[in-house]
Amino acid sequence: MASEDGEKVEHGLNEVPEKKPKKKDWVLLSLRVIAFLATASATIVMALNKQTKSFVVATVGSTPITATLAAKFNQTPAFVFFVIANGNASLHNLVMITMDVFGSQYDYKGLRLALIAILDMMAMALASAGDGAAAFMSELGKNGNSHARWDKICDKFETYCNRSGAALIASFVGFILLLIISVMSIIKLLKPNRINHNASP
Amino acid sequence: MLLDATFPVFLVKPMANTRSRRVCHLLLRFVAFAATLAAVIMMATSHERATIFTVSFEAKYTNSPAFKYFVVAFSVITVYGFLVLFLPAKSLLWRLVVALDLVFTILLVSSFSATLAIAQVGKKGNNDAGWLPICDSVPKYCDQVTRALIAGFVAMIVYIILLLHSVHTIIDPLLLGKN
Repeated sequence: MASEDGEKVEHGLNEVPEKKPKKKDWVLLSLRVIAFLATASATIVMALNKQTKSFVVATVGSTPITATLAAKFNQTPAFVFFVIANGNASLHNLVMITMDVFGSQYDYKGLRLALIAILDMMAMALASAGDGAAAFMSELGKNGNSHARWDKICDKFETYCNRSGAALIASFVGFILLLIISVMSIIKLLKPNRINHNASP
Repeated sequence: MLLDATFPVFLVKPMANTRSRRVCHLLLRFVAFAATLAAVIMMATSHERATIFTVSFEAKYTNSPAFKYFVVAFSVITVYGFLVLFLPAKSLLWRLVVALDLVFTILLVSSFSATLAIAQVGKKGNNDAGWLPICDSVPKYCDQVTRALIAGFVAMIVYIILLLHSVHTIIDPLLLGKN
């Protein structure tokens, strides 16, 4: 009788008493760190992306009239969405890393793994939307569109285009890592001893 | 024990009637299939001829790579949605459907977002890049693309709901045909 009382399981916020210590998943944690670095660098590079150039617009008499044009990321809604989506993804990664390192004892009837999986998928969907929009917008800036009479701008603003290309590559790396992380989180849900179904009330 | 009363029951315990749950699921999948099919058809049949200063040009979906990506991605998703509709209830392939749902939802979101970005440039133009909006010259083409995008948006919402349902299926593995 006394030994059974000692093995009574608590419901709620604290961990289920286990025989072996909980193993920390270093692979998932390191993937999250790399994904956080990738998405954060994509956000920062695109947000600070700016190039100013002065052009000779017309010549009046013998003096050329120059106009100064600046290419910034907030002139294009697709790039603004890209910055927002990648900022969101990097914030998500940061929160997940913090939860993994400092808060691994919070669980509510196994909902922690489900919530992590769902949030990973939502962050991945947002990151993919931002990537898709920015990729096609930069393709439009690089090649132009002859049918719609839109000139390409990358020959004039080369640094701007190169930097946005670098941000895109970092964001795609972060997206692929988020995909792997999301698949790993979902696989964790399939483990049979995740929820203690036999716990006595 | 106290927390049992406040725990959201709908999250883990399945619905009482299996048959109505299956009908609801099939209905959602049919709505998703119909929405993607409508989006593909409307985008593929959008073309208009316009004449500007004796130069006649035609606006088609093949003019922009983002619209081509939209048509290709949504065609693939339509075929997938059609095949999933005919999957028997207790087949083991539903585990694969859970994974493929994730892949195709991401594809759908990405293609929809890309098309929306390019269509926004076509409608409003971009002053700083010197790009004029084209919707004034080809209004019917623009309207057709807008209708395709609305169908794509409906498909995206339904596919996200289906993805959450697949995650719910994983949490409650009795639904995967073990019983």
